[in-house]
Amino acid sequence: MKKLLTFVFALTIYTVSFSQEKVTKIPTVDVKTIDGKTFSTANISNDGKPIIISFWATWCKPCVKELTTIAEVYEDWQKETGVKLIAVSIDDSRTSGTVKPTINGKNWNYEVLLDVNSDFKRAMNVNAVPHTFLINGKGEIVWQHTSFTDGGEIELLKLIKKVAAGEEIKE
Amino acid sequence: MKRIYFTSRLIPIFLLCITTQLSKAQNGILNAGQIHGNLQTDVQYYNPDSTIGAAAVPEKLLMNGFANIIYTNGHFSAGLRYESYQNAIQGFDSRYKGNGIPYRYASYTTEGLEFTVGSFYEQFGSGLVFRTYEERNLGYDNAMDGIRIKYMPFKGVTIKGIIGNQRFFFDKGPGIVRGVDGELSLVEFLEVTKSTKLVEKLQNNNVRVILGGSFVSKYQKDQDPIYNLPENVGAWSARAALGWGRFDLTGEYANKINDPSAINGFIYKPGEALLVAASYSQKGLSFSLSAKRIDNMNFRSDRTATGNALSINYLPTISKQHVYTLSAMYPYGTQPNGEIGYQATLIYNMKKNSPLGGNYGMDLSINYSKVNEIDKNLLPDSTNMGYTSEFFKIGKTNYFEDFNIEVSKKFSKKVKAIFSYVYLAYNIDVIQGHPGAGMMYGHIGIADITYKIKDNHSIRLELQHLYTKQDEKSWALGLLEYTINPKWFFTVMDQYNYENSDTEKRIHYYTVSFGYTKDTHRFSISYGKQRSGIICVGGVCRQVPASNGLSLTITSSF
Repeated sequence: MKKLLTFVFALTIYTVSFSQEKVTKIPTVDVKTIDGKTFSTANISNDGKPIIISFWATWCKPCVKELTTIAEVYEDWQKETGVKLIAVSIDDSRTSGTVKPTINGKNWNYEVLLDVNSDFKRAMNVNAVPHTFLINGKGEIVWQHTSFTDGGEIELLKLIKKVAAGEEIKE
Repeated sequence: MKRIYFTSRLIPIFLLCITTQLSKAQNGILNAGQIHGNLQTDVQYYNPDSTIGAAAVPEKLLMNGFANIIYTNGHFSAGLRYESYQNAIQGFDSRYKGNGIPYRYASYTTEGLEFTVGSFYEQFGSGLVFRTYEERNLGYDNAMDGIRIKYMPFKGVTIKGIIGNQRFFFDKGPGIVRGVDGELSLVEFLEVTKSTKLVEKLQNNNVRVILGGSFVSKYQKDQDPIYNLPENVGAWSARAALGWGRFDLTGEYANKINDPSAINGFIYKPGEALLVAASYSQKGLSFSLSAKRIDNMNFRSDRTATGNALSINYLPTISKQHVYTLSAMYPYGTQPNGEIGYQATLIYNMKKNSPLGGNYGMDLSINYSKVNEIDKNLLPDSTNMGYTSEFFKIGKTNYFEDFNIEVSKKFSKKVKAIFSYVYLAYNIDVIQGHPGAGMMYGHIGIADITYKIKDNHSIRLELQHLYTKQDEKSWALGLLEYTINPKWFFTVMDQYNYENSDTEKRIHYYTVSFGYTKDTHRFSISYGKQRSGIICVGGVCRQVPASNGLSLTITSSF
């Protein structure tokens, strides 16, 4: 019986993951702004232009690498595509106090949200950081990727350009 | 026979009907309905290896796995997590056994009100009196099972109420936990009251004021034949976050009534905790200072619980969370029975084309932290009060000290590097609970160099060295990683305990691994030896025994 249940369960996941139409919106969860105000993720918007949501943490090396790499070219990206990057920190209260000093100290110009108890991370089904989402002008998640390696930013820019031009992303 | 034939024929037709109906509905009224989730499986195959002290695993192969499935439709959301441990991987609590759905919830949100039944994670303030949290990779999960209400009557005001039992592996803890929390964001609130002039003045000066307070209480029946134990234990906390321009000041104070437990040695002394942090930051430069004092603040929904089980609160560590293998070899963990410490961090970005910044700029960060025992004047055992302590006095015993510098620099379009130096003083006696083991003093040097061969090919070299005369003595580590962006990585690593006083234990811990990532699907396989040690993620730690073998991890989200 247990085996059967497991099988049915696996099958459900399989069907769900492969038959689902790829229209996913951002779930509504309360997070905090960098100034400690409560902010609902339903209010994430960029006037019809693409948005990158990047889950990161101050203690996560590849995350910091990703955000540092993008920071170098962020201005150009914004000019070219109007994209906005929202860096969602999953630092808990051990390190959440260092998020503001880190983004300022590193001179990043991103919008930053604090997800101190990983509520947004859970709602977005993020297993591990870094995990990056690309959202189109209609607020739909059109692409996501986990992990970061050098050169990943080049791939991402290609996709942002497509989204900004209103094209669909196909693998 | 005919009937069966008929039914089996009917099923596909029936299914087809449902699917068409569903897809029609998807385009219509149920358009907002979404299903998504994530899953992870860790499988490990073990070879016995007496040289590193890896015990034989009778099952030979162990597996942990879980999947989350969330359904959302407009204001409604429901989800569950299936978990399976066949048996739990080495290093996980063996009470994680078998399969089950320990996490399931439904929640409804309407204008300002959120109502959740079932399992939930929640945190009040910085967590000093209440935080339920999960860290699957460590087997940490103290989720509440009960009811939560969140209400925002006005902009800037949030009230939360919770009640329930906590998760205890595949069971529930014996205690009932209930709590309320209120938070006020003053400037936002004043906007509601239409004090426009004041609001403008505060906003122009970039003033931020957030105040909050919580009360949490647990109930657990007293079945002790000798002691009269408190059945209801209350804890409260008050917090503030103040900001003015580039300055920020935050603090939280918590207090708990007497709560004899296995962790504090069943003393009746009340507990308290204080966390304060101040920071100054502007573009390219920031400085922050934080301090804390913890005194007898272990708070669990079962007074006999130990380890990572049934914690109601969270006592954050204030020291840098190291990520390189050798600097993370001796991680600090908060001592709930008492500690006093402080931390300072400076982060500085040297601009492009400045003398030190070079063509691409350079990041510098300096961090120092120190934690000591609190002052303790022991009282006679007959009082059952344990000790008295002067609040601001620092105790003699050094628990932990960490000084570290990290420089991160891009030299050219192809070469990037991070260099760091760490000095550690680590009290093995106290932190790992091995009386008589003494202190470890270590100096660690790390170089992490990335060379970009072409746009999507890069190679990374990590060299690390830990110099110490104590414990297992010095270690050296080398790691080489080749990545083909965005899909592949290959890594070889060797970690060598070359100076161990026991020559038999001068072992090479080598590992080879490779991984494949496509979008959100990630596979990784590694083979080699893992030394015993502590793994910490997000402030929670787990002891991992030595192992030798093959491990496979699959993660995916959809």
